Amino acid sequence: MTARHDEVLVTGLGATTPLGGDVASTWAAMLEGRSGVVRLEEEWAEQLTVQIAGRLAIEPTETLERVRARRLDRCEQVALVAAREAWADAGAPEVDPERIAVVVGTGIGGALSLLEQDNILEASGPRKVSPLTIPMLMPNGPAAVVGLEVGARGRVTAPVSACASGAEAIALALDFLRSGRYDVVVAGGSEACVHPITIAGFANMRAMSTRNGEPTRASRPFDKGRDGFVLAEGAGIMVLERAEFARARGARVHAVLAGSGVSADGHDLVQPEPHGRGATRALQLALLDADLVGTDVGHVNAHATSTPLGDIAEGRAIRTAIGDHAVVTAPKSMLGHMLGAAGAVESIATVLALRDGVIPPTLNLDDPDDDIGLDIARVAARHTSLDAAVNDSFGFGGHNVALAFTRA
Amino acid sequence: MATRDEIRTGMAEILEEIADVQPDDVSDEKAFQDDLDVDSLSMVEVVVAAEERFGVKIPDDDVQNLRTVGDAVSYIEKGQA
Repeated sequence: MTARHDEVLVTGLGATTPLGGDVASTWAAMLEGRSGVVRLEEEWAEQLTVQIAGRLAIEPTETLERVRARRLDRCEQVALVAAREAWADAGAPEVDPERIAVVVGTGIGGALSLLEQDNILEASGPRKVSPLTIPMLMPNGPAAVVGLEVGARGRVTAPVSACASGAEAIALALDFLRSGRYDVVVAGGSEACVHPITIAGFANMRAMSTRNGEPTRASRPFDKGRDGFVLAEGAGIMVLERAEFARARGARVHAVLAGSGVSADGHDLVQPEPHGRGATRALQLALLDADLVGTDVGHVNAHATSTPLGDIAEGRAIRTAIGDHAVVTAPKSMLGHMLGAAGAVESIATVLALRDGVIPPTLNLDDPDDDIGLDIARVAARHTSLDAAVNDSFGFGGHNVALAFTRA
Repeated sequence: MATRDEIRTGMAEILEEIADVQPDDVSDEKAFQDDLDVDSLSMVEVVVAAEERFGVKIPDDDVQNLRTVGDAVSYIEKGQA
């Protein structure tokens, strides 16, 4: 493989998820095959058809300064927690601020703050509405908060492509670094919108699992018994660098971000294209961009949300673009679906699988759907040496993103 | 009706909650922005909290004249009368 572009390296990782408050605890729980899905104990959950979700393992307010936290929406808080970890993991690089960019996406943004302030507006009138309402609800808020944290003056932006947002942020980061305009890009996604309105909305689309009696068994990608996704909250952030810059400063490298592929279904606002054509094209474009062929790819970290139609379309796309040899895992079986954070957290898992040569299991895959036709890691983590791995993400709106990583 | 001391103590509690100002730092001569690092958005929150706590109205046009803690304490003291 010869690099066609200036290489881009992954040098820092940070996450906060339903499985742990950082990357190490999340990864350890994934390798053990633990579930982060719980029964919602709040009173408001009683009236909902869906009463389960993946709640954060560690509240962000436990680690953030109190006044800092009260000025941020929860989706900004988690982005900040993950960004601090990623930046420290990268060794807090000294970079010209104008050569740092930040790309942090979210699917929903600060909906919790918007709804809370709407309650205040209704109950007490407009004067009581917080002057922080707008910076808390704006979808570029997490990116802006991370930008301030790392002192970025190059560019700060936020892709909003539903459940593909986190992956699209990383795809954009690759473009930004290849353009030569920046040396370091902090990229990822964040989401924190576990609330009756999001749950009712998704549930009324019949998109969510209603397996309320067995929370840890509700998210079951590729299983015959799957009945929808499980909403979760969290954030994942990566520090990416131009290889020349990273090597000059002696950075430790987790993996290479070798290519990205992005496409749009052009089919339906919310339904996946049943043949997975858009997804296939995103995967093919990512391989092309990374100078890989299907047989090079040993592992696919699948989007697999546990919906009946989506998992089938994705299985078809993976078989077509990569083949049936790659070992697939479906991390949403443990993490639930973190929407705009999912692609970022799952990319981190993909990088760790490559680095450590181990693929986390897919939980709850008791009876694999006959129509999937993939080699899916189940029951236990699978140890295997990997040279290349792919993560894919798809979002309402027909957004498809695939990212190809190679071993450093 | 609250005394000047009670108003100042109340302001110190509000400033701690909203802007992490240490209560010991709060005295009449301290300027909200320059001495206590209370930015303009936090000042809006402080004013609304003070209105609620002391049962006074502080119109936006008057807020700009409240440069120091002492200015605010005097304004609230008068507003109560």
